[in-house]
This record gives sequence, structure tokens and C-alpha cells, in this order.
Amino acid sequence: MGILEVKGINKRFGGLQALGDVNLSVQENTVHAIIGPNGAGKSTLLNVLVGKLIPDSGSVMFDGKSVLGLKPFEITQMGISRVFQTPEIFINLTVMENVLIPCFAKRDGAYRLHALESFASEKDMIEQAEKMLEEVNMLDKRHMIASSMSRGDKRRLEMAMCLVQEPRLLLLDEPTAGMARADTENTIQLLKDIRTQRGITMAIIEHDMNVVFSLADRITVLAQGMPLVEDTPDKIKNHPKVREAYLGEAQV
Amino acid sequence: MDALLIQVLNGLDKGAAYALIALGLTLIFGTLGVVNFAHGALFMIGAFCAVTMQRILNISTSVIDETQTDFLGNPLKIETPVIQNWFGPEMGAAIQDWSVPLSVILVVPVMFFVGYAMERGLIKHFYKRPHADQILVTFGLAIVIGELIKAFYGANPIQTPAPAALSGTIDFGTWFGFEAGAVLYPAWRLVYFLFAGAVIAAVFAFLQFTTFGMVVRAGMADRETVGLLGIDIDKRFTLMFGLAAAVAGLAGMMYTPILSPHYNIGMDFLVLSFVVVVVGGMGSLPGAVLAGFMLGILQSFASMNEVKAIIPGIDQIIIYLVAIIILLTRPRGLMGRKGVMED
Amino acid sequence: MLGLNSHDLKMFIVIAILTLAAPILLNPFPDASALGESFNAGYPALMQRFVIFGILVIGFNLLFGLTGYLSFGHAAFLGIGSYAAVWMFKLLSYNIVPAILLSVIVAGLVSVVIGYVSLRRSGIYFSILTLAFAQMMYAIAYSDLLGRMFGITVTNGETGLQVYNDDPQILMSAGDPTVPHLFGITMNGSSTWNVGGWSFIFQNGYYLSAIFMIAAFYLSIRIFRSPFGLMLRAIKSNQTRMHYTGLNTKPYMLAAFVISGMYAGLAGGLLSAMDPLTGAERMFWTASGEIVVMSILGGVGTLIGPVLGAGLIKYLENIVSKINDGILHNWFAFMPDWLDNLLVTIIHPFIGKGWHLTLGLLFMAVVIFLPGGLVEGGQRIGRLFRRKKSTDAANGATKPAE
Repeated sequence: MGILEVKGINKRFGGLQALGDVNLSVQENTVHAIIGPNGAGKSTLLNVLVGKLIPDSGSVMFDGKSVLGLKPFEITQMGISRVFQTPEIFINLTVMENVLIPCFAKRDGAYRLHALESFASEKDMIEQAEKMLEEVNMLDKRHMIASSMSRGDKRRLEMAMCLVQEPRLLLLDEPTAGMARADTENTIQLLKDIRTQRGITMAIIEHDMNVVFSLADRITVLAQGMPLVEDTPDKIKNHPKVREAYLGEAQV
Repeated sequence: MDALLIQVLNGLDKGAAYALIALGLTLIFGTLGVVNFAHGALFMIGAFCAVTMQRILNISTSVIDETQTDFLGNPLKIETPVIQNWFGPEMGAAIQDWSVPLSVILVVPVMFFVGYAMERGLIKHFYKRPHADQILVTFGLAIVIGELIKAFYGANPIQTPAPAALSGTIDFGTWFGFEAGAVLYPAWRLVYFLFAGAVIAAVFAFLQFTTFGMVVRAGMADRETVGLLGIDIDKRFTLMFGLAAAVAGLAGMMYTPILSPHYNIGMDFLVLSFVVVVVGGMGSLPGAVLAGFMLGILQSFASMNEVKAIIPGIDQIIIYLVAIIILLTRPRGLMGRKGVMED
Repeated sequence: MLGLNSHDLKMFIVIAILTLAAPILLNPFPDASALGESFNAGYPALMQRFVIFGILVIGFNLLFGLTGYLSFGHAAFLGIGSYAAVWMFKLLSYNIVPAILLSVIVAGLVSVVIGYVSLRRSGIYFSILTLAFAQMMYAIAYSDLLGRMFGITVTNGETGLQVYNDDPQILMSAGDPTVPHLFGITMNGSSTWNVGGWSFIFQNGYYLSAIFMIAAFYLSIRIFRSPFGLMLRAIKSNQTRMHYTGLNTKPYMLAAFVISGMYAGLAGGLLSAMDPLTGAERMFWTASGEIVVMSILGGVGTLIGPVLGAGLIKYLENIVSKINDGILHNWFAFMPDWLDNLLVTIIHPFIGKGWHLTLGLLFMAVVIFLPGGLVEGGQRIGRLFRRKKSTDAANGATKPAE
């Protein structure tokens, strides 16, 4: 029984079958990659997992509980964090504030009116945020406004914002899309560190095969909204159907 | 049955005015992505063009006739409008009588110019700014235009009658087999409705059948892509702004015999027209027209005495109530597209 | 101290002192002088407006400044507060305590309802929804639709609501003042201090409002600097990330909306306490627009901006409306007649009754050139000086090498 169990998901947009009978089982402490050519339904699947889209049929269970019909913030509260293709951070706030917000969210739940409290009385939260920043080597940048950082740093900050909540499952949507080679390598290293140091389960959607094969324990290949095959990286590399449907064009 | 017909008819002219303003608002929003709080002011400028035309046509020369005296015993001053000197008394008087429809020769160029100047001079700089800034700057402009009108024309409503031939009533009921006198309808209101219909049809035809219109429609759907085709879309959008201004101006000009214009008329109509746009669906031209007529007629029904006896004053709040309900149940409005101003 | 950091504390103390000393500071010119007649602002009726509108705009800024949600119908809460307070005067007594309490509570309750509905949409839709609500409330108040529905008086329509002799006033006893008072201290009571050509008026009503404004300002600093304030700024910055951080934005927004509505209710209650009558025009959209103008002019999202904006607009309104052609001719008397007349003709539309024209132009200018308002303007000037100083310093440093 995996930590995330997706069974028989269907989703249609008008006449287009975006997802057809998709099954997915992500085991705890693994990195599970979902790959497929453009329009294969990867993003749709991700949006179903985080509650942004509701599928026509099927079930999504996280840790034995259904997440269907829950709002994104409720799903996040259950322990699923999401990293976006372009880093979604609070660009007009400082780095420190960016990390403080998820700290409060983790402690206080979805909402708490602490309108008259001051940060001086929130030493725990500040310590927690500073510790997190130290781990991602950004403590010296904590007073910087987030918008003035490089793209790589923004990605790192977003990751810190997710990690500080100690999620049980991290969903990554093409975390290296549009990155320079060096930034990509850094991100791969960052993800590897997260995995070895924290043992967080990850589901990753990725185009870059280099990233996929250096991280993934298992790979699911989607094509035209259908799961084509699911297996280990080695087997996937040599799978004839996959080569035909996907890798043939990408030339790994 | 005839009572219902009267209410529908009463709603048509107001609905037509809402529809025309909302159409312009939607065009501007759809093409330029700008929320124009000064659009009501354009309606008002159109209305005051009619006032100006009336004044121009009434410019008179005065001759003092020593042989006659007025009731105070002073020599009689005979004022003759210049226009009557030019075209002869009968023709001149007829031209004066038709001043409102004739204002069209003033309204169209003035409104195109105002629209053009507004877009190039002000709105252009706000494309990249947040919607809140656009609202604020056009709101400021609306105040300024309103106050300028007040400074030049005073604060009181100014009478601008319809031509005598069109200021009577039509026994509308007889056309549909009702008794004579059952459904009396002011002729000018019917004219307004027909005029509005013609303008709306012209705008739609223009967008549908000209290449210019095609580009604009494509731009409304996806601005960036059209920009990539190498079409100078900004220039066309500027013209679009002029067109929207002209539509609002015409709507205002023709409305003057129904409601004497004053400097606040723009804002009164703007608030309602915004509600109309939102109900119709931001960015949907047919939605704007449909919602305009719908809300106009609804308002007219709500002002029936039978309805007011149950809920007093419902006519004053019905539009807002409907807007709130529609926004909550159909967030995109009646015919709104997905993804327009969703966040 | 007071839970503020040293920078905020300094600002707070400066504002508090300026507010309390306003009756003196705002009367820089002798009363009888020409300058004094045009530019002095230290009389109670005007100063009350400074601080009461200050409260209103501080509250508005908690919503618009922190969350970026532009409410175009905030005057509705001001009006509700005013009506509630006058009703307390009519029913209970002229004591302002129940009046102000009720005005805050009623405005708070109504803002829960309006906020709950309006906040289901964002962006321009939110602005239009709040505008629609406010216009609806205006229509209800102006024609007293509520009253007509139940056959009683609620807002008293066009006439406006005021206290009449035959009102119940059940808590009134024989010796009580017949004007609004705080346990016997009348709001319009004042003491005057005559020094030289000056007479400074210290009015009870002004000081009550001033204390409320100082408290409101203190509260707003605390909210700005609290984790709650941080969450609101985060909503303005990125709602998507907010959702995927496990936070529910709705209650945060609603709390901000209601707090802001209660500030407006307090301001409305105070307006009635200063002068126990009110009318629907306080709720008209132009009044809402004016709130927006004040906060933009001062500087949206800054702490001190709203206070500056409210003060400046009310001050300008006062002097610009007072100036007339005669005063202008006096000012320009030293010029040749043709120039004098020309200038007066040019300026004429902007003064006296033309105040709104000036206001509109000023507003546009600020939005176009100075979106951050006066605070940003001040910062720019400050930077300019500092840069100059630092280049001076740099020059100074290089000099010895010569």
C-alpha cells in the first residue's frame, strides 16, 4: 500500500479525454517520476492530486484518506506540498518572511487570528525559519526581497518553504524547466540531499530525462492521458513501447 | 397583458442605454484589458455635445426695433437666430428643432478625438499597471471631466427637447391589436431603441465582416498571438477606443430628450453599466447587450406600483440585487468566458 | 515599549504629539491676519474631520493596503455607524458611549455580511460588488426603504436622521446635557487660550476623536507588524502560494474586511457624536471614492500614509473652498492688472466650488506620477538628499588626496 494511491482516474474536458483510467501508486520513501510527451496529461494529473481539478471518476487516497473534493489548502494541511514550474513565492516579501509564513501555517492550521501578537513573542517560529534557511544556505540573504533573487535561489527558497512544513509527500512540477545547466545540476543535488537527509517521498513530473534518471526509483509513463507502463528506470529505458511513444523523439 | 407590454417598452430605452455603454466598456476591456471608470464620462460628453449643438443653433443676432416696445416700455429687441438668417425662417426653425439628432455631426468627430486623446495621452501608460491603478486613474479622470462640465454648463439639468415631430406618443397597442390608448409610448423612446439597435448591429457587423474587426476579435481572444503575427495591434486598439467612445457618446446624445443631462449623469450610468458588464460577463459583447436590456426591463418591472406595494423601493435596488445574485451563482456572468479576470 | 520596535515607536509618538498639539500647530498665523484667515486650520470643526477621516482611512488601509483588495463602497460602513449612533441618541440618551459602541458593532455585523459575499470574488469583481452593495445601501437609506417596508422611520430618507424633542431618550435624566456628551463632558465644550494675536481652542470633541485616532493608529501598527498582517501581505503577494501553504485565505480576508469596516463604523459614530445628525449622502459613492483618494494620496500600504492623506485632503478642501476671486485679486495685487485678471480667470474654475476639480486633478497626478503617494514622494526626496550627501562625503574623502 503506497502513501499515495490513485485508482481509475478519468477526466474529460469537453470532447478531450485528458486522463483515462490512470492508476498510480507512490511508495513511501521513493522518488516516483511521471513522464510523457506534451499533452500526455501530466499536469492534469498533478492538478487532480492537489485538489485544483476534480476528476469525473476514480479515487485519490493519501495515507489511507481520500483527498477528492478537498480544497488545496486542506490537502496541503494533510502533508502534501507542491513545487511549481515557475517558483511560486511571495515576491514582495523578504526571504525570512517567505519561510515564516509556512511555519505559522504548519503550527496554526488553516487560519488563526493573531492580529495583535508581535513577532517578538514568536521565537520558536523565527528559530525554525532561520534553521531552515541555514540548511539551504540562504541565511545570509534573509533580509533580501524575494523578487531580487536569481531564479535558482527562488527555486531553493520555494523548496525551503515546502520543507519547513515537513511534508510527507512533495509534488514537483518540472522543477528544472527553463533552467541553465548549472542551475539544473544544483537542483538535482538539492533534491538528492532532501531525499537522503529527510527521506521525503517525492512525485516528480519532468521533461528532462537526465533529471528523471538521476533521481527516480520508479517511473510512470503517460501517453495521451493513459498510463503506458510503470517500472524501474532501467526497465523503462529499454521498454520498446516507451521508446516508440516517447524516448524515440527525445533520444536519451 | 398590455400592462406587461408597457413595462417591457419602458425598460427598452434605459436598457438600450445600458447596453450601449456596456458594449463600449466591454470593447475596451476586451481589447485593451483596461477597466475604464471614465466611460460614463464619455456618455456625458456625448450628451453635452447635444447641449452645445442646441446652443450653437440658437446663436442669435439682435436688432433693436425702435418702433415697437416690450412690456417694460423699452425698445423691442428682436433676436433672430443666425441659422434662420442663413436658411430662411422655416428651414432654420426646422434645423433648430432637430438639434438633437443633428448633433451627430458634432458627436462623432468629437468623441473619436476624445477617445483617441484619452487612449494615447493617458490609458496607454496604464496597460502594464495593475487593474486597481487603471480603476483609480480613470476614476480621477471621470471626476475631472464631470467637474469641467459643471464649470462650463452649471450644475442644473439642461432641457434638450426632441424634435416636435418625434416628441408625441405612439399608440403602440393598436399595432398589436390592443384597444386604442391602452399602450401609449413616447415616440422618442422608440426612436432611441431603434437607434440603439442600429448602432449595436453596426458594431457587430463591423467586428464580424471587416478585416479590422477580425483582428480586433482575434486580439480580444488572444492578444499576444495576434501581436506575434506582425500586426500593429496597438494602433487598431487605439481606434477601437475611439469607436467605443463614439458609441458611448451617441448613446448619451440621443438620451438627452429622455433625461436632461447634468454633470453627474455619467457616473450614475457608469455604476449601473459596470453592473451590466459584470452580469453579462466580462469580455462578452453579446453578454453586455443582453444584460443591458434584461436589467433595463427588470428595473422597469420593479417600478410597477403593484410590485412596489409589496416591496417598496425595489426598483432602486433591483439591479444591484440581481448583480449580486448572478455574481455569486454564475461568477463569470451570463455569457462570460473562462479565464477573464479570474484572479 | 508598547510592543513596538523603536522605529514604529518613534513614529507613533510623533503622530500622537502632533495630534494632541494640533490646536496650536495648525494655527501658525495670527487669527486676524490675511494668512491666518486663509491657511489656519486649528479650529475644532476642521480638526475633527482630520482625525475622524484619519480613523476611516487607517481602517481602509488595513484592507486595501495590506491585501490589495480595493473596496469601492467603504463609505457604506461610515454611514451605518453614523445612523447607529444617532439612533442611540434618540432612544437612550446623548451619552456617546452606547452610541459609539453600537456604531462599531453594527458596522462590524454588516461588514461580515457584505464581506462574506463580496470576498467570494476578487480583483475588479470585488471592487464592483462592494460598489454595488454601497449603492444599494445608499438607495435604501436615501428613500428609507427599510422604514417604508415596516411602516416606521429608520433613516428618515432625504431629510436625514436627527434627534427630536419627543424622542424617547429613556436614559435621559433632568440635568443631562442636551448635546452629545461623555458622562457630562459635552463634545462641543471647549476652552480657549488667548496669546497675543492668537486664540487657541481646545475642544472636548476634538480631543476625544484625537484619542480614538491615536488608539486606532496604534492598533494598526500592531496589526501591520503581527503575523496576521504578514499573512495579509502574503495574500496580496501571491494567493496561489498561500493556498499551497495550507492557509485558508477566506477567513483572513474576512477578518481584514470586518476590522476595516469597524474602523469605518467608529469614524461614523464619532461624526455623529460631534454633530448628532446624519444623512444618506455620507454613503454615496463619491464618499467612498474620497476614501480611496485619501489613502492613495498618502501612500497605500504604509502606516503613516493614510493619516497624512486624510489630513491633507481635508485641509486642502477647506482652504481651496474658502478662496474666492477677491482673495486671489488681493494676492496678485502687486502684478499688472492684465496679468492679475488673467491669472484669476485661469485659477477661477479650481477654487471655491471647483474644489472637486482640483481634487480630481491632484488624484490623477498622484496615481500617474507617484503611485506610492506622499510617503513615496518623501522617500524619494530623502534618497535624493542622502545621495547628495554621500557624493559630498565621497568628494570630501577624495579631497585630501589632492
